[in-house]
Amino acid sequence: MISCDKAAVICNKAQYDEATFYEKVKLKFHILICKACSVHSKKNAVLTSLCDKAKLSNLSETEKEAMKNKLKETVS
Amino acid sequence: MTSHSLHPDTWVDQYADYLFNYAVIRVSDAEIAKDIVQETFLAGLKSAKNFKGEAAERTWLISILKRKVIDHYRKINSNKGKAEVRMTYNSSVDSDGDWLEEQVADPYSILENDGIENEELGSAIHNCISKLPKKQGQVFKMKTIQGISTEDICNELEINPSNLWVMIHRSRTALMDCLNQNWFNI
Repeated sequence: MISCDKAAVICNKAQYDEATFYEKVKLKFHILICKACSVHSKKNAVLTSLCDKAKLSNLSETEKEAMKNKLKETVS
Repeated sequence: MTSHSLHPDTWVDQYADYLFNYAVIRVSDAEIAKDIVQETFLAGLKSAKNFKGEAAERTWLISILKRKVIDHYRKINSNKGKAEVRMTYNSSVDSDGDWLEEQVADPYSILENDGIENEELGSAIHNCISKLPKKQGQVFKMKTIQGISTEDICNELEINPSNLWVMIHRSRTALMDCLNQNWFNI
């Protein structure tokens, strides 16, 4: 049987579709007997769906650097 | 009330994503949104001396950003005639004489709030991300928003995968708590 820590890691991997089939089976069995992990895994899935729904977007680090440089230029 | 002060050096790190997300929803173009954010920072610097410290830095920047978005729409509509509101009358045979009825919103539709809700959700999530420790927030953004593979992130930040998953775990747990308080219970 796997520990809760391991289950949490697999659960996070599963959110990004990076858990292997064997890992998912292990997680499912763990969730069957562990109330806390079952709650956590449900919340985790909701968080993923919220992030998808919000269609988040952000700037890359290079774009931010460019912005910082431009700001510096105007200050000096 | 505590008075607020400005720290222009930290603006890009702290607010760029939040402002960008806000702008991109309103102009629906990443390039234009980027320019608007940049202009906002510049305008903020220029008028920093007018900052009275009544509002938080972010609120102040958002209010500048809103102006910039309006300016953007003014600019693209400045050619005469573009600003006219056009209504097209659907001239198909079936809808003969039902003009008014067609224009009325469907009272049973539950879809129109989705856009607004998702917009607010996006702001809430960015707000929560900005409260995370810098490194965790960075990893979470790279993984969730930009969708970079685990391997690439590890190479770029020089950490090992188990380290990454620990950070992801912490940031996700913190986000769940934060959204629990600032959004509907999840």
